[in-house]
Amino acid sequence: MLVLVLIAVLPLHNYYRLDVMGQPARLLKAVLPVAGVFVTWDIAATAAGQWQFDPAQTFAGRLWGLPLEEYAFFVVIPFAGILTLEAVTAARARRNKS
Amino acid sequence: MNAYTVAAALAVLVAISADLFVLHTALVRSLTWWMAYGIILFFQLLTNGWLTGRGIVRYNDAAIVGSERAVLFGDGRIAYAPVEDLAFGFALVLISCAVWVWTGTRTGSSQ
Repeated sequence: MLVLVLIAVLPLHNYYRLDVMGQPARLLKAVLPVAGVFVTWDIAATAAGQWQFDPAQTFAGRLWGLPLEEYAFFVVIPFAGILTLEAVTAARARRNKS
Repeated sequence: MNAYTVAAALAVLVAISADLFVLHTALVRSLTWWMAYGIILFFQLLTNGWLTGRGIVRYNDAAIVGSERAVLFGDGRIAYAPVEDLAFGFALVLISCAVWVWTGTRTGSSQ
């Protein structure tokens, strides 16, 4: 599912000539601290039994009770959100120019 | 107390406050953000519906407004996912985008 999200958003990068990937440091600054907070929340809520992950449909590996995909989620989803925001910004700028 | 309901609502408040009063990015006042969020929301409903409808993630009914049953619509669920997930997703993406825009305005590299 996360791979599908990446397949959906990465073409935006070329189509709108975005410069998100060209700023890896800025991207890490936007994604990692926020991801850290949300992962902490996720770990605590999972430990408290607020939700659980189906072992049959997730990778076997667990880190602090979370499937490894869950950590990828908190990087991929904010990244997809930032790309979407930049794409809409670029699309609107393009329209205003023409 | 529905722990996830409370936490998700708090996350939305924190994200909006950070956007408006801490980072001064004011994304929630821009049409661009809401257009982007509309697109994000559509895809969240699809992907989250997959994760919750298939039971990849299951919720404890004590934590949410609805019950453990993942129905397509109703009982505190939209497209199988608990409504709390929508608030959670909104907060996650808003704060990430706000920090992104904020780092751009500080370094002057924003387009």
